[in-house]
Amino acid sequence: MSDVESRVRKIVVEHLGVEEDKVVESASFIDDLGADSLDTVELVMAFEEEFGIEIPDDAAETIQTFGDAVKFINGAL
Amino acid sequence: MFDLTGKTALITGASGGIGGAIATALHGAGATVALSGTRVEPLQALAASLGDRTHVLPCNLSDAEAVAALNKQAVEAMGSVDILVNNAGITRDNIFMRMSDDEWASVLEVNLTSTMRLCKGAIRGMMKARWGRIVNITSVVGTTGNPGQANYAASKAGVVGMSKSIAYEVASRGITVNCVAPGFIATAMTDKLSDDQKGAILTQIPAGRMGDAQEIAAAVLYLSSVEAAYVTGATLHVNGGMAMV
Repeated sequence: MSDVESRVRKIVVEHLGVEEDKVVESASFIDDLGADSLDTVELVMAFEEEFGIEIPDDAAETIQTFGDAVKFINGAL
Repeated sequence: MFDLTGKTALITGASGGIGGAIATALHGAGATVALSGTRVEPLQALAASLGDRTHVLPCNLSDAEAVAALNKQAVEAMGSVDILVNNAGITRDNIFMRMSDDEWASVLEVNLTSTMRLCKGAIRGMMKARWGRIVNITSVVGTTGNPGQANYAASKAGVVGMSKSIAYEVASRGITVNCVAPGFIATAMTDKLSDDQKGAILTQIPAGRMGDAQEIAAAVLYLSSVEAAYVTGATLHVNGGMAMV
């Protein structure tokens, strides 16, 4: 597991209060992990802070799953 | 009455009568205040009279970039923005059939759009903190309408609808969004009215007098307090009974 992946997973687990093994690549924040739309905004804010990157709104809307988040962050670093 | 010790507040339009009174009230309750406005001198004079826990952040609210920067400057100066008071507003009165697109757009830009931008900027930090208070200053004319003020009334009614919508979205994060709607308040602006004009206005006000800026500030102080946590999406009308809505 990459470093980015584990850091993203840690944020998701802490923020959404879900079991770590539920946070798989295809897991949708809203459909599988119980996030509401404001949670997804907060997750993006937490990713920005953790990785020191800017995630514009149009990009944020494409981040639907754990895999999307890891992929986007890897691309932005 | 209410204790805001340790809280930080950004107040726009703090160079005016009502804004100055709001800043004074929040500061008096223990908050650290960032005073924003277009005119630097009155802001500095107010900061000097308040003493410690004050920051002066001049900003032209018709400049989108300056508005975006304002929240960041406030966070740099104070560490956070726990309380946002959108008080700044402009008027460009004209009868509707003579009102130009420019008169319309400039009032909407400052009164509504800049309020939207500042709310967006401040809510970011408030969501993280799981606590926040936004108080938007509207006007009785946003509810009643007023001849010559189609643009101003639209902007103020717009702020009310926007505030309620935001209030829905962020209530679960401990953030409240409310409005205070002043009626006729004695300020430099109303001092310019003739005695006849004032007399005509007073016949419409059951209380028989104009309000004081401090009476608006007291409403803002309440809505900014810890005690007002369960009040959100509300508009508190402070108008001497002029419009009971």
